[in-house]
Amino acid sequence: MNLLKIKALRVYFPTDDGIVKAVDGVDLNIKREEILGLIGETGCGKTVLGMSIMRLIQSTTLTDGEIIYKDRDLLSLSDDEMRKIRGGEIAMILQNPMTSLNPVIRVGEQIAETIRLHQGLDKKAARKRVIEMLRDVRIPDPEKSVDSYPHQLSGGMQERVMIAMALASDPELIIADEPTKGLDVTVKREIIRLMKEVTAKRSMLFITHDLGAAAEICDNIAVMYAGELLEHASVDSIFSEPLHPYSEGLLNSLPERGLKPIRGISPSLIDTPQGCRFHPRCDYAMEICREKHPEMVKLEDGRAVRCFLYA
Amino acid sequence: MLEVKGLSKYFSSGILRKRYTKAVDDVNFSIKRGETLGLVGESGCGKTTLGRSILRLIEPTAGKVLFDGIDILKLNKKELRTFRPRMQMIFQDPDASLNPRMKIRESIAEPLKLQRVEKCEIEGKVQELMEKVGLSPEHANRYPHQLSGGQNQRVVLARVLALNPDFIVADEPTSALDVSVQAQILNLIQDLKRELNLTLLFISHDLEVVRYMSDRIAVMYGGKIVEMGDVEDIFNNAKHPYTKLLVSGKEVV
Repeated sequence: MNLLKIKALRVYFPTDDGIVKAVDGVDLNIKREEILGLIGETGCGKTVLGMSIMRLIQSTTLTDGEIIYKDRDLLSLSDDEMRKIRGGEIAMILQNPMTSLNPVIRVGEQIAETIRLHQGLDKKAARKRVIEMLRDVRIPDPEKSVDSYPHQLSGGMQERVMIAMALASDPELIIADEPTKGLDVTVKREIIRLMKEVTAKRSMLFITHDLGAAAEICDNIAVMYAGELLEHASVDSIFSEPLHPYSEGLLNSLPERGLKPIRGISPSLIDTPQGCRFHPRCDYAMEICREKHPEMVKLEDGRAVRCFLYA
Repeated sequence: MLEVKGLSKYFSSGILRKRYTKAVDDVNFSIKRGETLGLVGESGCGKTTLGRSILRLIEPTAGKVLFDGIDILKLNKKELRTFRPRMQMIFQDPDASLNPRMKIRESIAEPLKLQRVEKCEIEGKVQELMEKVGLSPEHANRYPHQLSGGQNQRVVLARVLALNPDFIVADEPTSALDVSVQAQILNLIQDLKRELNLTLLFISHDLEVVRYMSDRIAVMYGGKIVEMGDVEDIFNNAKHPYTKLLVSGKEVV
């Protein structure tokens, strides 16, 4: 049962240098209670994809396609209708809590804001609820922490506040953008465990370039490159047998798999290569890869891959 | 080659009642020529302060840093300046390590000028260094913002190599980079190290990266080195509880 269906989504940013095609024809479904990992390198468009689901992209952007959440196209909702969903049924955990939290407002009030807005609780009840929530995300001494300012908390604790904030409205879908970025190994492990717990009965789009974190938490993985998806498979199959040469390259870049880099660098999203966008860096590139742009091919075992090797 | 003895760095705060933070607390270790020592630990444990104290980018509170038998902490400003080229540092964020208003060519030429390399030789040297770190000639006329993080880190490496150092402190050189780019840069550092017989102190919080790069590993916790040993010993036979915690749940992919 699909909770969210993204169909042929395109998000283009007009700039002085040309049109940046950050998301260029993405089809993606998120099922109920599924945790879907979206992995790819910096600048491949994964954050923009997450932001466009929340409609947090500025109005000068050219957006095309459909984002269907429970039979409603989010892209055609009015601002008022969208405001009810954003931070309500769909919540986002933004990258980098240090800059996402307001530094001059106590963390308790920042969480309470969401609760008052979406659940209509009064100030006192909201505060009580916030303390419970801080306890749920295992912040020590929640009665005291509720009155802390963000800078008084460590990176891991700030991340917990971000998670509490996202959970405040009891959302069905969480979009988490690099929640483990910049955290120490041990703290990262705790945050992943916490996220696993709180998403047990929810859906989540987990955006990351941390393959280890994705392996821990996700059911399925979508691999993004230069604005489009290249592979979509279950977490086990992609880590044991990546099909797309780019997925294989990413995995082989890990130190524990021998640190074999992919040659070259990611293309600019203004001027993507002709044919397959990955062909200039691909070890298996054939004649056809230079000329034709491959389509996503659905394979028998439910996997999908955009590569002529499997066409 | 490098011997650190009883090195400490305390930061004080408060005016009337001084409080001290022991960022680095009585640290002892040595590194042999051509060896890579990995330094791991969580944020705030003092790794960066230790790296910087060794190079005297910050003044340590106490201790000795012997470099080929010379105590760096005893050198005066002038002596230190002539000594500096031999020990260099690579920082975490390549984009912040380069002057945004200098073209790549100028950035790489800068250390050469300080070395008083003849003007007519500089251009050739820059080309040579760029080739060594895997940059193409057309990058010379670009500015840092026109290059990717990985390419900028290559520029930083070229600048460091321009000084012919013996010893390099690499402070999380790839933590701001993507996995695939990280692999390129780490391999480049390994190749250069072998080719130029460099000695490295490699600071990171990523265990797998340190494991790949190092001959020996030092684990730092709360300003102290709590365990030190050969890479495989640390991973298979950790003694200190913090090391055990670090290596226990490492995400296996």
